[in-house]
Amino acid sequence: MKLLIFITITCLIISFIFNRQKTWIGIRKGLKMFLNLAPTILMVLAAVSILLYFLPNELIVKHLGENAGTAGYAIAALVGSFALIPGFIAYPLAGALVKSGVGYPVIAVFITTLMMVGILTLPIEIKFFGLKTSLLRNMLFLMASLIIGIITGIIYHL
Amino acid sequence: MKNYWKRHRTSLVFTIIFSVLISLSFITDFQPGISIGKDRFWVFLKEMILFLPLMFILIGLGDVWISKEKTEKHLGEQSGIKGMFVVIIMSMAQVGPLYGAFPVAYLLWKKGTSVRNIFIYLGAFCTIKIPMLTFEIGFLGWKFSLIRTLLSLPLIILIGILMERYFKNRKFEMFEG
Repeated sequence: MKLLIFITITCLIISFIFNRQKTWIGIRKGLKMFLNLAPTILMVLAAVSILLYFLPNELIVKHLGENAGTAGYAIAALVGSFALIPGFIAYPLAGALVKSGVGYPVIAVFITTLMMVGILTLPIEIKFFGLKTSLLRNMLFLMASLIIGIITGIIYHL
Repeated sequence: MKNYWKRHRTSLVFTIIFSVLISLSFITDFQPGISIGKDRFWVFLKEMILFLPLMFILIGLGDVWISKEKTEKHLGEQSGIKGMFVVIIMSMAQVGPLYGAFPVAYLLWKKGTSVRNIFIYLGAFCTIKIPMLTFEIGFLGWKFSLIRTLLSLPLIILIGILMERYFKNRKFEMFEG
């Protein structure tokens, strides 16, 4: 975060030195895009907050740990596709799951779907890509994440 | 202002109702509402409240300074393996959630980046960005990360190629958000 602040300020200063007018246009363009996206993001975050109240992380972890076999994979993929968990929370969670005895393939599927598929953030994605392309991307990325997750888990065990 | 309201009515109404209900929860000491507002919504919001405006300022600057000709040459249809390499390195250096990558993808598209490279960029952003890898190695070990990365790379390139094929006879279009 500090790095981002530093980079933004440096870029702004350099940009200002070269061309003051162009810089203002750039800032205005960026902020306009931000303002147009903000309502959708707020709505998604509000919806996710409500959903996560009824489906807290602890419950998710419990179900991932309890189900083996195909059901375990299916739950991992489903939760991963829906959840909106930042990396700094997801990885410690995955680490805890490993310690509690959940198999690597299931954790790998959870991690890969979490990173690559975003069902709840679809309203945001649609604003940039349109409905069809967004669905197509999520479907292809879901398939890829299942392949990556399952094979990673299996190779890891060899 | 009127246009803004019209364009975002659904999300704005939803957010306002949500805020009112959360405020009421705080006033009446309604625990589920307080928990949703404080432990979840605020935590999410805090993560992006400074991050997104800064990122969008950078995107705006990119919009006025990055030349279309050069982007087309290095990342466009004819950019080949070098172009793929450049977008992968670019995405690895980034931070933030996936929805932060969509506006960057829009900028790339606007400047003439090929369909293939846009989806390779998104794929690499999801799977191998460096800040995320450091976390992964810390909690799941370097062996896990290495295997996952080596499997991810060919698959995201494959998806990029598939997307390019799919859009060969169709119009690919992105929007400002």
